[in-house]
Amino acid sequence: MILYDALFALIKREKRPAPAAFQATQDRRAAAPGNKPMTLTLHDVERIAHLARIEISAGEAADVHAKLEAIFAMINELASIDTTGIVPMSHAQDMTMPLRDDRVTETDQRARFQQQAPAVEDGLYLVPRVVE
Amino acid sequence: MTMDPALDTVAGLAAALASRKLSSVEVTAALLDRIERAQPRLNAFITVDREGALAQAAQADAARARGDAAALTGVPIAHKDVLMTAGLRTTCGSRMLSGFTAPYDAFVVDGLRRAGTVLVGKTNMDEFAMGSSNETSYFGTVKNPWNTAYVPGGSSGGSAAAIAARLVPGATGTDTGGSIRQPAALTGICGLKPTYGVCSRYGLIAFASSLDTPGPFARTAEDCALLLNAMAGHDERDATSLARPNEDYTRDLAKPLAGLRIGLPREYFGAGIDADVAAAVDAAIGEFRKLGATTVAIELPAAKLSVPVYYVIAPAEASSNLSRFDGVRYGHRAAEYGNLLEMYKKSRAEGFGAEVKRRILIGTYVLSHGYYDAYYLKAQQVRRLIADDFQRAFMQCDVIMGATTPGAAFEFGAKSADPVQMYLNDIFTIAGNLTGAPAISIPCGFTRAGLPIGLQIQANYFREAQLLNVSHRYQQATDWHARAPEAFQ
Repeated sequence: MILYDALFALIKREKRPAPAAFQATQDRRAAAPGNKPMTLTLHDVERIAHLARIEISAGEAADVHAKLEAIFAMINELASIDTTGIVPMSHAQDMTMPLRDDRVTETDQRARFQQQAPAVEDGLYLVPRVVE
Repeated sequence: MTMDPALDTVAGLAAALASRKLSSVEVTAALLDRIERAQPRLNAFITVDREGALAQAAQADAARARGDAAALTGVPIAHKDVLMTAGLRTTCGSRMLSGFTAPYDAFVVDGLRRAGTVLVGKTNMDEFAMGSSNETSYFGTVKNPWNTAYVPGGSSGGSAAAIAARLVPGATGTDTGGSIRQPAALTGICGLKPTYGVCSRYGLIAFASSLDTPGPFARTAEDCALLLNAMAGHDERDATSLARPNEDYTRDLAKPLAGLRIGLPREYFGAGIDADVAAAVDAAIGEFRKLGATTVAIELPAAKLSVPVYYVIAPAEASSNLSRFDGVRYGHRAAEYGNLLEMYKKSRAEGFGAEVKRRILIGTYVLSHGYYDAYYLKAQQVRRLIADDFQRAFMQCDVIMGATTPGAAFEFGAKSADPVQMYLNDIFTIAGNLTGAPAISIPCGFTRAGLPIGLQIQANYFREAQLLNVSHRYQQATDWHARAPEAFQ
């Protein structure tokens, strides 16, 4: 943790007002009883595991929760950086997406690709019944 | 003791093959035997394709006999198992894809095939390239050839270990937060992360699309240049691939370094750096001064935010990319489930390891309703601050130097219980992925415990040829890159 502390000591000294978007989130979280600002709760872990479609046991959730808390403690350092008016950098090269001609380039390779599938029948992918 | 000719560098083998001193079948067979002997000790490979490799080698020899040889015809190499190789198992180091056969070649795999290389197998890696120690692979850890109690680095640890142990002269890797440079440093070899967009990502199983960069591993800078020549190029199938004229990356190798301005960031030296690593880096910079370079102190004040920025952006993109693994079209499907939702949840819970799940959960959280601005947007803004710092620095200097990692290789288990400690190992490499500019790690010494130390050299966009020039001149004056682990000489 020595490196971690050294690296972030400077930022901590330079704390600037948090931007509005972050502050709003922080206020909302702080308003919930028993919640520290931006704290990830065990319930959050269960909720995001459901959103991510990953089955998680109660024991796993507790372990994941402890590790994610440490990771978010590091990530939350970003909140103290003033980024007012900074254009987000979504990509390493500021380029516009190229367009190609509107013509068919792909050939039918369904049979070949379906060799990889866990369950297929008559060219269809099989899944449990969705509509009763 | 004379060196086995099959253990020569890419350049050396290409010359020996061209002059018919060796055949590709001889070289390939010799290396396959070495791979087989080393596998129980190192576990560097997930798949070894002996039959296919010998067939390709015979074809390479036949092509040469009819005067049809390309630059690297007959030179055996390996690919990281995150790159699709047509007809060959491609697992990404994951149970999820443990039975997956790639239906097509990645762009860089195809390029190296067309240059004549022989593919001997697929190298082990951290699961879905998420890790800095190769401890997250479903196929077991890779050992560091310098000391098998130590990690080889990650995520491209198998490729790096294979080259350090002289199992292949060259290999591919991918670098999302340091996954080429960090294992190169920890195993005493060279690893180059090119400018984002120079090597197409087509057929690279996606982790974080705005950061993923394929690149070469080898023992020398010259070899990296030869491999990059075959890997770079425009590809319509990757929308972020850049349309640029082809370059010969070997063109400037021999250029003298007189007048080279080396930037030394205040933030890359000082507290937190292992003493042996700091001493080796200082000595390397002294060597560059002897070669005619000058140094200038620079500042990268926002660079220290690279790790938190990365651990928002990379997991966010990973959570989106890895949503494709649903157990329907390919990949692992759970044996028992009651309904579709349960099938998804169980298949993904069983198919992914702990680190991959952790990052999917981080990404899902930072992209979830109400948090996007506070995390993802914020991280993208700080990403720009970091990139701006580098642009200011490159007005004062040609290259930036420092240690590739704060310390040399660590023992298995030393950081695996504490993800934040593990993530901080990539503190110096991540900025290169956030900016997209190229960077290389080259060997520059050893710790008192005999573990290799890497020097990272960074340059501005599209200056790969300069990085290779600077590295090559250093390797002409020093022999760190020529040292081999005792057990694998």
